Amino acid sequence: MQGLFSHWRATRTYFCYTIGNRRFFICDLTFLLRSLWTFSRRPSNVPPMIRYSLKRLLSLILSLAVASLVIFFVIEIAPGDPASFMLGINAQPDTVAALRIELGLDQSKFARYADWVGGMVQGDFGTSYTYRTPVAGMISDRLWVSLPLALYALILSTLIAFPAGIYAASRRGKTGDMAVMGATQLGVAVPNFWFAMMLVLIFAINLRWFNAGGFAGWDKGLLAGLHSLTLPAISLALPQAAILARVMRSALLDILGEDFMRTARAKGLSRRQALWRHGLRNAMIPVLTIIGLQFSFLLAGAIIIEQVFYLPGLGRLVFQAISARDLIVVESVVMLLVFAVITVNFLVDLAYAAVDPRLRNRT
Amino acid sequence: MTRNLIIGTALSSLVLLAALVSFVWTPFDHAVMNIPAKLQTPNLSHWLGTDHFGRDIFSMVMVGARTSIAVALVAVGIGMSIGIPLGLTAAARSGSGLDELIMRGNDLVFAFPSLVIAILITAIFGAGAVNAIIAIGIFNIPVFARITRGASLSLWQREFILAARVSGKGLARISAEHILPNIANLLIVQGTIQFSLGILAEAGLSYVGLGAQPPTPSWGRMLADAQTMVSFAPHLALIPGSAIIVTVLGLNLMGDGLRDWLDPKLRVART
Repeated sequence: MQGLFSHWRATRTYFCYTIGNRRFFICDLTFLLRSLWTFSRRPSNVPPMIRYSLKRLLSLILSLAVASLVIFFVIEIAPGDPASFMLGINAQPDTVAALRIELGLDQSKFARYADWVGGMVQGDFGTSYTYRTPVAGMISDRLWVSLPLALYALILSTLIAFPAGIYAASRRGKTGDMAVMGATQLGVAVPNFWFAMMLVLIFAINLRWFNAGGFAGWDKGLLAGLHSLTLPAISLALPQAAILARVMRSALLDILGEDFMRTARAKGLSRRQALWRHGLRNAMIPVLTIIGLQFSFLLAGAIIIEQVFYLPGLGRLVFQAISARDLIVVESVVMLLVFAVITVNFLVDLAYAAVDPRLRNRT
Repeated sequence: MTRNLIIGTALSSLVLLAALVSFVWTPFDHAVMNIPAKLQTPNLSHWLGTDHFGRDIFSMVMVGARTSIAVALVAVGIGMSIGIPLGLTAAARSGSGLDELIMRGNDLVFAFPSLVIAILITAIFGAGAVNAIIAIGIFNIPVFARITRGASLSLWQREFILAARVSGKGLARISAEHILPNIANLLIVQGTIQFSLGILAEAGLSYVGLGAQPPTPSWGRMLADAQTMVSFAPHLALIPGSAIIVTVLGLNLMGDGLRDWLDPKLRVART
């Protein structure tokens, strides 16, 4: 790593130019990219794992940069000027012009893009057009609902899918397997928001075990918060659990046909012992990949479920922002979701390479 | 023919039939309100009951099938017509800069879940069925590109492709005449699965108000309307929900069945 930093420092002054208000950040980023690029290509005695990580990091940064460009310029072409939208149709032209200056809309597109991206890296997402509060604060408030919800759902889905998948694989072709597979077919076909409505009907309206909607808030205690997230988490988890159980089953069945499983049986382990000791560990690689991918789907999928339960999460924020033409909030939330997906994929790739050394030498 | 294929085809045909029949006949006009007859439970004249405006639910479900199928079909069409050529190109020039560009672009689109694409499009152009189609369609492109490339890559190593090259055919012609027919099965199966995902996505988008706008009936919108009334009129939510489940289940079973049926390796193993 020492080489990387000295290389970075040595070329530092070479690339200094100013774009927008965020001169230093932009120049740092180009350096980082260049250094990572040369470093990851240099045939040196760097361990393959580190070189692989740097390569993936480079592509992560590039993906994020392109994604931010796409989001920014897609939102840019949206018809309607936020300033005149906020002030209504009767606003005086000079008031609109003043507000445009205040919101920074008078600057060039490129300067505003640089400002937006540079700000985000430093945790400053700009100021909401409608609420006049920092977007970062609004997002982090909502993230405290959406993120625990996605995590809760992920845990539930794993807790359901693992036993179901293992059970189905161990009873392949028998009634138990058929029943589990039938249930997963149904689970994949059920729209999660409809399932959520049915849960509300049964457990909130008829049995009164849960509230039909709303969020208690974490200040009421961990249990109260989790209690109000339980129905949403179950409805989010169900289709994912069905997919995960199918992956778990087929991964296990693939492993069961391997030679080392026959060896395990031959040395005297029972079917069950062989499955638990040797099968499960080897089946975990595809399963973990799916779990990683599912987390990002859960975070995005939470947007719809939040609507069902009136949860004050990212989803509600983004829908309110769309109807109020609060574009800076929309683009920041979308960027955050895309960031989450790309980062999780990056981490999954790294975990994969850490587990399987053959992947490290691949480009 | 497997059992999955038979059940799946039957369920899917049922939904398709309902959608087609709705063009010429529905029990009632799906858009006509009849307030005195509101919120009826299923009975002889209104087979599946009526909603809060007294509209006939059976007719609405039939017409809603039309919306769902149209949106999902066009979205899969977009995904196939752009994704397959991209995948074929990437495979034909595998390892080149073009391949790299296409696959990285794919990864990028993949990082935007369909819902996020829909939100972006809605933020610009407003909600509507056409925008829902575009959102779901864009999301389908990398799915087809990836599966096409993956399946084509191994085909390019085969002798019959080498023979075609020796006989002087270009990359584009080989892709169209030799690669495509050999991966068609796979693409049809994936198409069925994407079709069912498209129906789920359309329902979700309509539910949050980003999809088909009233008065176009859509299963997702019916569910959104039903939500506030679910405590005293649960059939309003149960019926469109069941319609979605039957359609998606049918398509998934059909996809699984087709895969087993079309895959020669599995067929040999079975007999």
